[in-house]
Amino acid sequence: MTAFLVRRAIQAAVVLLVMSFVIYGLIGLMPGDPIDIMIASDPKLTPADAARLKALYGLDLPIWERYVNWLSSAVGGDFGYSRTHNRPVLEIMGPHLLRTLILMGISFALSVAIAIPLGVWAAARPYSFRDYSVNLFSFAGRSVPPFWLALLLIFVFAVWLGWFPAGGMETVGDGSLADRGWYMVLPIVTLTLLNISGFTRYVRAETITTMRQDYIRTARAKGVSSRGVLTRHALRNALIPVVTIIALDFGTVFSGALITETVFAYPGMGKLIFDAVMTNDYNLALIGLLFATLVTLVANLGADLAYVGLDPRIKLQ
Amino acid sequence: MTLRLTLVSIALFLGLAPVTDQAAADSHRSLTIGITQFPATMNPMIESMLAKSYILAMVFRPVVTYDQRWKLVCMLCVRLPSVKNGDAEVVELPGGKKGMRITWQIREGVRWGDGAPVTVKDVQFAWKIGRHPKSGVANREPYVRTVAIERVDDRTFVQVIDKVRFDYQLLVPDPMPAHMEEKAFREPAEYKHRTLYDRDFAHPGLYNGPYRVANIVSGSHVELVRNQNWWGREPYFNRIIVRAIGNSAALEANLQAGGIDYAAGELGLTPRQALGLKARTRDKYTFIFKAGLIYEHADFNLDNPILKDRRVRRAMAYGLDRKQMSQALFRNLQPVADTAVSPLDPYAEKDVRRYPYDPRKAAALLDAAGWKLGDDGWRRDAKGNRLTLSLMTTADNRTRSLVSEIMQAYWRRIGIDVRLKLQPPRIFFGRTVTRRIYPGLAMYAWISAPGSTPRSSLHSSMVPNPANGWGGQNYPGFRNKEVDGLIESIETELIPAKRRVLWKRLQQIYADELPVLPLYFRANAYVIPRWLKGIRPTGHLAPSTLWIEEWHAVDDQAKAN
Repeated sequence: MTAFLVRRAIQAAVVLLVMSFVIYGLIGLMPGDPIDIMIASDPKLTPADAARLKALYGLDLPIWERYVNWLSSAVGGDFGYSRTHNRPVLEIMGPHLLRTLILMGISFALSVAIAIPLGVWAAARPYSFRDYSVNLFSFAGRSVPPFWLALLLIFVFAVWLGWFPAGGMETVGDGSLADRGWYMVLPIVTLTLLNISGFTRYVRAETITTMRQDYIRTARAKGVSSRGVLTRHALRNALIPVVTIIALDFGTVFSGALITETVFAYPGMGKLIFDAVMTNDYNLALIGLLFATLVTLVANLGADLAYVGLDPRIKLQ
Repeated sequence: MTLRLTLVSIALFLGLAPVTDQAAADSHRSLTIGITQFPATMNPMIESMLAKSYILAMVFRPVVTYDQRWKLVCMLCVRLPSVKNGDAEVVELPGGKKGMRITWQIREGVRWGDGAPVTVKDVQFAWKIGRHPKSGVANREPYVRTVAIERVDDRTFVQVIDKVRFDYQLLVPDPMPAHMEEKAFREPAEYKHRTLYDRDFAHPGLYNGPYRVANIVSGSHVELVRNQNWWGREPYFNRIIVRAIGNSAALEANLQAGGIDYAAGELGLTPRQALGLKARTRDKYTFIFKAGLIYEHADFNLDNPILKDRRVRRAMAYGLDRKQMSQALFRNLQPVADTAVSPLDPYAEKDVRRYPYDPRKAAALLDAAGWKLGDDGWRRDAKGNRLTLSLMTTADNRTRSLVSEIMQAYWRRIGIDVRLKLQPPRIFFGRTVTRRIYPGLAMYAWISAPGSTPRSSLHSSMVPNPANGWGGQNYPGFRNKEVDGLIESIETELIPAKRRVLWKRLQQIYADELPVLPLYFRANAYVIPRWLKGIRPTGHLAPSTLWIEEWHAVDDQAKAN
């Protein structure tokens, strides 16, 4: 087990190093740097101003040199300043990460908690009215664009009915737990509805496939009840591929949901990373994306460990 | 008793405090404004962003500004210096060069939010920051043009500039709180990271406006409260919250749902969105559409052999019914542009060549240029090459993409094959336009100050190229010696009547040569609740919030309803 964990930690470090190079290079290869964009928006800037600002922000150096400078600082624990926020990257990321963690964490947990029983419920009677209904819901959820669903919920529940706020994270000056919860209802509902549909389809499909296996027939022949077959024999096996999907999606709990955050004016990681990439805020974009990569790696490790729990035949090597 | 205590505890846990009369009264004196951007920093000298200017105008006052009538007025100064009143004079500088001495006096009683007076030391400190090449100030010109700031007394100083310039009144540095920021500036290269405007933004000593910043939640909102040491007219609202909602559809929804009271005109709904809202909501809001200095246009790439021919450029102008476009899309709220100078600008000239919709004239010009109409409806040259051009613009602006489609359809009618290419703004502005790699036309907007000279966008030295580090904004590649001379003369001519003559000639050449296809001046849509009064849009870069103390509710009851 220890050897396995050490090996995975080394692999993760290598992946992060490669990713940092790739992300830095990709952002650097995007046309235009922040000063070019600044020049285009401010006619008063002179060519001398442009040259001075590029030197000030180190943008006059070749990209590999900038990357090496960044990497050596990062190894020493200095992740630098966000160019667009004028503050240390971690200081900016912290509150955004926490908000995203709460928003996405709740919606993720709700999605999994609803999708698994819903998928199993549909799979228990495949091709029945119940199954078709769940399928319809799933396909609708996958087809609806997030911004459209978010705006629809805003117009119905905020504009028409006035039950919930249309966006934001708190009533300024209040900020109590109840107040914050109130503001999170619509974004959570949006994300949960979108997530459920995907997970439900996987659970349903895997459960139906598992129910056709020989050992299920054997269990039935031994007189195990339908519910017992479904919950004790089928579900456990069906969950193995589902766990992989969930683990891959787990990274979004930390990297945020750009569209939902934008429409609901919720200051989370998705919008932060997107803005950082679009404004060439290297340090912030890089750390945000690397953090999402790290979480995905950790989640995959968690999935591997979960396989062992779900299927005793699987061994960690 | 136990039950009551339990209920109170639950209520407190959930944050459900009883609403008192005082709290209700306070909420009526608070205003929530929605904008579509969040400022990167509140430091007045670092980064130029509209969102920052908008918020900063409520907490930080400049020495001078243009008012709603586009007249330059004093905010911190006692009177506007001019050659006429003797406060400004042309002098000979050491070395024989001509410069100017301008005497300024700060109003009595002007204080920072911690009570410290605003003095000449603060102006000198701002000048010191601005001049330093490593301080992070983007546009250093006003600071490097100033060669000295001589203290006369605590409130009076003489500014010496190195050149005779028409805009000498705009070169004065706005005071920065030296008593607060000096320590952060000890290492100028680190100033942009150490400024208290980012590290201790709630300190009252950083602000000299009617409000001060109480809290900033990055990406979400900025909370302003009254400045207890404000020296001017008392503002009506106790608290102002500026909320950033990046999506304009969500901004509209928030306005209707009561999440915000007012969508800022400067950074709010698009005119088309506001027109739709106006049709749906009847009397709920007051709508003000203020056209101003945002000049929508399409640059012709003059290095393109087809567009080098002025007849083709003129034909494209005649072949486009801009008046009809403005009527259909914006109900004439966005006036058609004849030149880059806004009709509201004091130097706007009416006696210039105009291009009303005239497809026959367009066809004649194209025929004369050698582009003959074929049987298939497209124009071709003698070699059979089809008249094909590309029109590039930003992909994020729905109005702009709609306009580009309409332009394409109009030009199709006169036989020009225009291909549309939409790019994300960071690619469009970060490379396509700034490196001049758009092959045909590039459509976007410029914003300028009233009366500012078009040096960066028309002077031949400002054509971006590798030698000047891709600086300058003359993206069409326009080179005209007379225009260069006119720009230089306008910049140094102090007599308004003479400047007017120069401006007239400049606009006439612009309209004749047509290096750029003028489209229209964009309007900002101010969607104001009926109960909110006192907002006076400017139409230029100075935001309406510079006069925030004039904003008020009709009465508290009206707002509550």
